Amino acid sequence: MDSAAPVAVSAMPQGNQGPKANHGSTPREDQIAALVKRRNASNAVAGGIMFAAAASSVAITCGIVAMLTLESLPFFREVNLWDFLTDTMWAPLFAAPRYGILPLIAGTFVTTLVALAIALPIGTIIAVYLSEFAPHTVREVIKPATELLSAVPTIVFGYFALQVVTPALQTFIPDLPTFNMLSAGIVMGIMIIPYVSSLSEDALRAVPMLLREGSYGMGASRMQTAFKVVIPSAISGLAAAYILGISRAIGETMIVAVAAGMQPNLTLDPRQPAETITAYIVQVSLGDVEHGTVAFHSIFAAGATLFVLTLGLNVFGHYLRKRYRKAY
Amino acid sequence: MDQQTAKIVARRKREDRLFKLLGIGCTLIALATLAVLLGNLLYTGFSRLDWQFLTSFPSRKAESAGILAASVGTLAVIAVTALTAVPLGIAAGVYMEEYARKGRINTIIEVNIANLAGVPSVIYGLLGLGLFVYYFHLGHSILSAGLTLGLLVLPIVIVATREALRTIPVHIREAAYALGATKWQVVRHHLVRYALGGISTGVIIALSRAIGETAPLIVIGAVTFIRFLPTSPFEAPFPHHAFDWLQSPFAVLPNQMFDWTSRPTEDFHRNAAASGIVLIAVTLTLNAVAIFVRYRARRNIKW
Repeated sequence: MDSAAPVAVSAMPQGNQGPKANHGSTPREDQIAALVKRRNASNAVAGGIMFAAAASSVAITCGIVAMLTLESLPFFREVNLWDFLTDTMWAPLFAAPRYGILPLIAGTFVTTLVALAIALPIGTIIAVYLSEFAPHTVREVIKPATELLSAVPTIVFGYFALQVVTPALQTFIPDLPTFNMLSAGIVMGIMIIPYVSSLSEDALRAVPMLLREGSYGMGASRMQTAFKVVIPSAISGLAAAYILGISRAIGETMIVAVAAGMQPNLTLDPRQPAETITAYIVQVSLGDVEHGTVAFHSIFAAGATLFVLTLGLNVFGHYLRKRYRKAY
Repeated sequence: MDQQTAKIVARRKREDRLFKLLGIGCTLIALATLAVLLGNLLYTGFSRLDWQFLTSFPSRKAESAGILAASVGTLAVIAVTALTAVPLGIAAGVYMEEYARKGRINTIIEVNIANLAGVPSVIYGLLGLGLFVYYFHLGHSILSAGLTLGLLVLPIVIVATREALRTIPVHIREAAYALGATKWQVVRHHLVRYALGGISTGVIIALSRAIGETAPLIVIGAVTFIRFLPTSPFEAPFPHHAFDWLQSPFAVLPNQMFDWTSRPTEDFHRNAAASGIVLIAVTLTLNAVAIFVRYRARRNIKW
């Protein structure tokens, strides 16, 4: 890098003054001692500031947990935890409100499942192709190109699901409603392809060349090597990629809020409209819900449920990734 | 080679070719979706994209509505985000890579950052709503929104900083220490400068992500019908009112697009597509710049 030279040069004079200073008088030595002292002080201060910055990331997690707990407590004072987890109806704005999270969980589950049915096979095939089949130049072009897909804001994907994918699906399924989980799930699946493919590819490429060469040496074809040697060795890494994909799909908000509708609906049929946990949070935030009401606190309860789900998956995925890194 | 073996070899080669085709096909599905998405946005929205659209406030009538308030809002929010996430993220990254010794506290920080990156963005919105809007009484303001997005993209900056520092060989550090530099001097004079390419790539990606975020800002309370701009910091009298814009309510581009998308009429959908073009042009440009910066940084370094 260009800046290397001037920095190195500017460091030199200090070094050259060193021996001269040693022959010098006491005031000069005092001066150096003061310099060193000041230098060490700024070193300590800078270290402290940087530690504080790193520690602040822990404070964010604590902040999230604290907010979700504190703000959902008033909700659970009104609503029994057992009802929250088992009631089959979510109707917070009714005169006699019902708060059963199951319909929202069902919506989240179905959209996630549709997304995974798209993203896992396609993402895995792209990863295997890039890691085991594609020539180097193709990989260098395709990898950043697929990553562009993850640069598209999710609201644009939501627009795409509602305006392009749903009408296209309606030509095959004529009675498909405007808002449905199928379209939202498909687009969400396409959105998470790059996450799955790039993490899977990392896992596949972490498998040592020796294993592939052993397989080729035995006369195996590329495909046999890929599926019988490389994939089994990278399995925990692939699992980690899948789990992170699942956690993305569960937490995705705008696509489902735009395209899946905002009606809580306890169903497993992807052709129907339904509301996810994330879409509910958006729906309440869009309306004029007053601070301090049960409806206000209910978004924190929904958020806490979402947080517990994704945190569990992330911790598990992190553990799996650690494991495959250790393996070689 | 007998006939049977030749047959098996031929079959295996055919399988390989087929899988190669499948791989190319799947890659094309992903890229074709992107192409259809861009094509549809351009087809629907391009005719709407004129000077009037860029410089008008939102309106009840689709044809006289525009994205002025949303663009200015996005700029203001992203400025706050950058001022929060960049210094904090770089400092945290440097600490983790250069200062941290192996130990329980640092393992906690490390696992924690990995987990933060996986927290859904809407949850950051709830954090911002509870903490900044109500607990710190910052209101549904640009400041609350910017800080929230700052926390959201912090892990991206931290991870990019760490990765950039990791590529700097140890002998650079050792040479500096041998000349008597303190750790802070090594960091300030050498490591941060050599890592600048990688760090800027991460920062650009982080900001592009923040520009596209919709859900947390809905939760914070972004408005979509706003007919004034925040007070300009350059016009307000300096010490007392120069930061008034931070307290202003705000609209941002993705939320404006969401609002138009969820309206029933065709005209507003054209507006949504037009604002989508602007949004995607900004984020894709930023990503292209990031790729370019990364490429240049890699090319210029010869250790």
